[in-house]
Amino acid sequence: MSQAPLLEIKHLTTKFSTEQGIVKAVDGVSLHIDPEETVGIVGESGCGKSVTAESILRLFDEKTTEYGGQILFEGRDLLQLSEEEMRKVRGNRISIIFQDPMSSLNPVYTIGDQIMEAIRLHQRTSRRQAREKALELLRLTGISDPERRLRSYPHELSGGMRQRVMIALALSCEPRLLIADEPTTALDVTIQAQILELMNELKEKLQMGIMLITHDLSVVAQMCSRVIVMYLGEVVEEAEVTTLFDRPLHPYTSGLLKSVPQLDGRRKQKLYEISGAVPAMHEVEACCRFAPRCPFATELCRSKAPSLEEAEPGHRVRCWHYKDIQANGGGSDGSGLLVTA
Amino acid sequence: MASLEPIAVSAPPGRGRIAWRRYFSNPLLVTGTVIMSVVALLALLAPWTTSYDPYSIETLNRLQPPSGEHLFGTDQLGRDVFTRVVYGIRVSLLVGASVTAIAGAIGLLVGLASAYSPVCDHIFMRICDGLYAFPSILLAISIVAIMGPQTGNVILALTIVYIPSIARIVRSAALVVQEKTFIEGLRAQGAGVFRIMGLHMLPNVLSPLIVQVSFVFAVSILTEASLSFLGAGIPAPEPSLGNLLLDGKNVIFKAWWMTVFPGVFIILMILGLNLLGDGLRDFLDPGAGSNKRFAKRKNAVRRRRRRSD
Amino acid sequence: MTKYIVQRVLSLVPVLIVVAVVVFLLIHLSPGDPASVILGDEASEESVAELRSRLGLDLPLYRQFFVWFGGVVTGDLGDSIFMDMSVTEAFFSRLQPTLSLAVLAQTIAVGIALLLGIAAARRRGTLTDQAVMGFSLLGISVPSFLLGLFLILLFAVKLKWLPVAGYAPISSGLWNHLRYLILPAMVLGFMQAALIARMTRSSLIEALGEPYIKTARAKGLKPGVVTYKHALRNAFIPILTVIGETFGTLITGASVVESVFNVPGIGQLIVSSIQRRDFAVIQGSILLITVTYVLLNLAIDLLYGLLDPRVKLNGGRGR
Repeated sequence: MSQAPLLEIKHLTTKFSTEQGIVKAVDGVSLHIDPEETVGIVGESGCGKSVTAESILRLFDEKTTEYGGQILFEGRDLLQLSEEEMRKVRGNRISIIFQDPMSSLNPVYTIGDQIMEAIRLHQRTSRRQAREKALELLRLTGISDPERRLRSYPHELSGGMRQRVMIALALSCEPRLLIADEPTTALDVTIQAQILELMNELKEKLQMGIMLITHDLSVVAQMCSRVIVMYLGEVVEEAEVTTLFDRPLHPYTSGLLKSVPQLDGRRKQKLYEISGAVPAMHEVEACCRFAPRCPFATELCRSKAPSLEEAEPGHRVRCWHYKDIQANGGGSDGSGLLVTA
Repeated sequence: MASLEPIAVSAPPGRGRIAWRRYFSNPLLVTGTVIMSVVALLALLAPWTTSYDPYSIETLNRLQPPSGEHLFGTDQLGRDVFTRVVYGIRVSLLVGASVTAIAGAIGLLVGLASAYSPVCDHIFMRICDGLYAFPSILLAISIVAIMGPQTGNVILALTIVYIPSIARIVRSAALVVQEKTFIEGLRAQGAGVFRIMGLHMLPNVLSPLIVQVSFVFAVSILTEASLSFLGAGIPAPEPSLGNLLLDGKNVIFKAWWMTVFPGVFIILMILGLNLLGDGLRDFLDPGAGSNKRFAKRKNAVRRRRRRSD
Repeated sequence: MTKYIVQRVLSLVPVLIVVAVVVFLLIHLSPGDPASVILGDEASEESVAELRSRLGLDLPLYRQFFVWFGGVVTGDLGDSIFMDMSVTEAFFSRLQPTLSLAVLAQTIAVGIALLLGIAAARRRGTLTDQAVMGFSLLGISVPSFLLGLFLILLFAVKLKWLPVAGYAPISSGLWNHLRYLILPAMVLGFMQAALIARMTRSSLIEALGEPYIKTARAKGLKPGVVTYKHALRNAFIPILTVIGETFGTLITGASVVESVFNVPGIGQLIVSSIQRRDFAVIQGSILLITVTYVLLNLAIDLLYGLLDPRVKLNGGRGR
């Protein structure tokens, strides 16, 4: 890596106290994002990707949450900052947009009010200047008739427009890093494409990095230069996007790739499904976490937890047997993997 | 050493066992039932626990403070206050239970009918709105004062006053079912009115109904006490907690025990029933409980799960 | 918006008619003859008959209703049987004490309740929260007159800080006026406070759990701003409805409290009229109070529409 990373997460753990005990939603996750890079974080629901994202901004209730590790950004460890300093980072240096634009905007205030609030929070501007900036942002995110929209309430806008507003909000202070948590999952497919394209455009214009969280591999293929695969609170594989799609090393990744229905497949081909279900977070034991669902699991896998290894430069994987699996061709072509009904 | 089987959620315990566990982990419910059981027991065992006649007048013993002989003291006519309190509790429970049962039954029917048929809805809801517009105390006082102060009339008055609130809750819950499209399907298949109402709407309606009914029990005890206190309820000399308080008011400077003891028991009963109602609501619909600490995260996870499935 | 207002006002008409009918029927369906009840058992046949025709009681029931209702619509509620004045006079002369009481009670209630409710919501699950919930539970479990009696025992009998009962009009000095009203207002306010606190707490908790709160925090807003500007503004709508509704029951719950504390207000007027069978006053007062109540609810509905930009003003069978 030639430049210093924009964001570097080192062994992040996030623990919640719940009624059922302590849940370690994120367990020793390390990753980095370079400036102007789009990194995708993929995994099924419950794997900890959103928790990782929200931990960066420390959005959880610190009375019941415990963070461990380091999150380095602009020369500081975010986990060591005071709450007041953290507030200066939120929405300002790092922004986040959430999955559901329907309910992520306050219904009783106009769009204009909400955007201007974000602007005036971190920058010293007058009302008029803030309003101008807000209009500019709306135009930037491709919203037509921005003057009228400024006076509209969230419920008067469509889903796609609302997400554009969320993006405008997130970019209001020109952050260095944008975290997008499933930004298109709640939208129609056609709108999805538009929003993704918009994000790419804006990334270039504003020269920011994007952490894109999704469970949709097609989005990853479209947007990301690097991908991180998570499972049950851990990183299980990390690679450049083409490498990951061509040569997935972890059985889970291969499974995910196989699960994507092919448009050009044979008609009678059954949809592939990774057997088993994601277990509840508090039921994991000291072994490879994927072992119960892995077709290649051995005694070793079930008794010792593998660590993240660098298989080749820029490609890390957490598996005891990745070399063997790859050697046997157990990749994306399906041999050796079970097909479940 | 880890096991060979995939990590599976352990087999869920039987439904009965779950119910018991949930019952005991719900402090409101437990406290409520304990209080009410104690009170009910006290009332039921009245003839055995009290040794005095609630009506006998002994002017020599007037206004005695609490003592070994008279646990709660005596009133202005020399009657044992403890006995009268216990019999008063009986009356409160009787009135409360009757009102609850009758208003519950009628309210249920009215609510279901209103949800099912728009015609019934307009008629019944207008009447209910009209009744609801009345301040409940005034309506009850009017009915009783005009029909004559008797226990039966008190029950009648309170029933009339509280039917609308039950009907409304039932109607709301039933409407939820009504608006689901499978009802159309059923009707198209020729399912009869009663079948639809009984089999499909009723289950949805039962939980809110039970909760509301326990609150109605509580509030009817409260209102009955108020009515009796104003002289428009259970007629003297029949003991009612409200009556006792009325007697107590006149001698409040001299005999605090006539106010405190009946008062404490009224509060206990109403509190017990309110706790029961709150507890039932949590028990029957855990998602809506006040313990929402991780409901937000649970919901978020649930929502996302549904999307990616 | 105007269409909505008109719609709502019109829907009141059937309600008011039902109310009027019910009020009327209540009085006139009672067993026994009103006239003989008024005059007592020893009255002669002629005087009873005379009173009956004077009061118009010898007309068929429906005609009596129309006579009365006709009067109502033109503003004439008839004359009191026992007091030497018209019903309207009797009502409005007693209005002031009840209003003072209600306003004082509501102010106390809202003030305490909002503070408690917000504190409980912000510190959910802690001792503060449970204390507030306990207080609110107590508030709805204690009958008002009982609380009144207990407070009298404590403050007037034992501590002798405040007068036991009675009333002093504003003209005798503001403090004097308030002195007599403090205990009854506290009593009335207690139950309202309990209800409002509960609603405030649950409404605020719900609002704080909404996704837009996460967005607000992610913007970098201070927790105070998040709670008050974003959450409370949303939570306030149902809270306001509860405040409005409870104000209505306040005016009417005053009946019992006024009896306990001997405040010469409307509540006491109605209760004594009922006991004396002063039908004209009963009918008129209950009608007036109910109309006020209904209008108050209408005002709340309209306010709701103003406050919540999402209110879709359609005419469906809403829940």
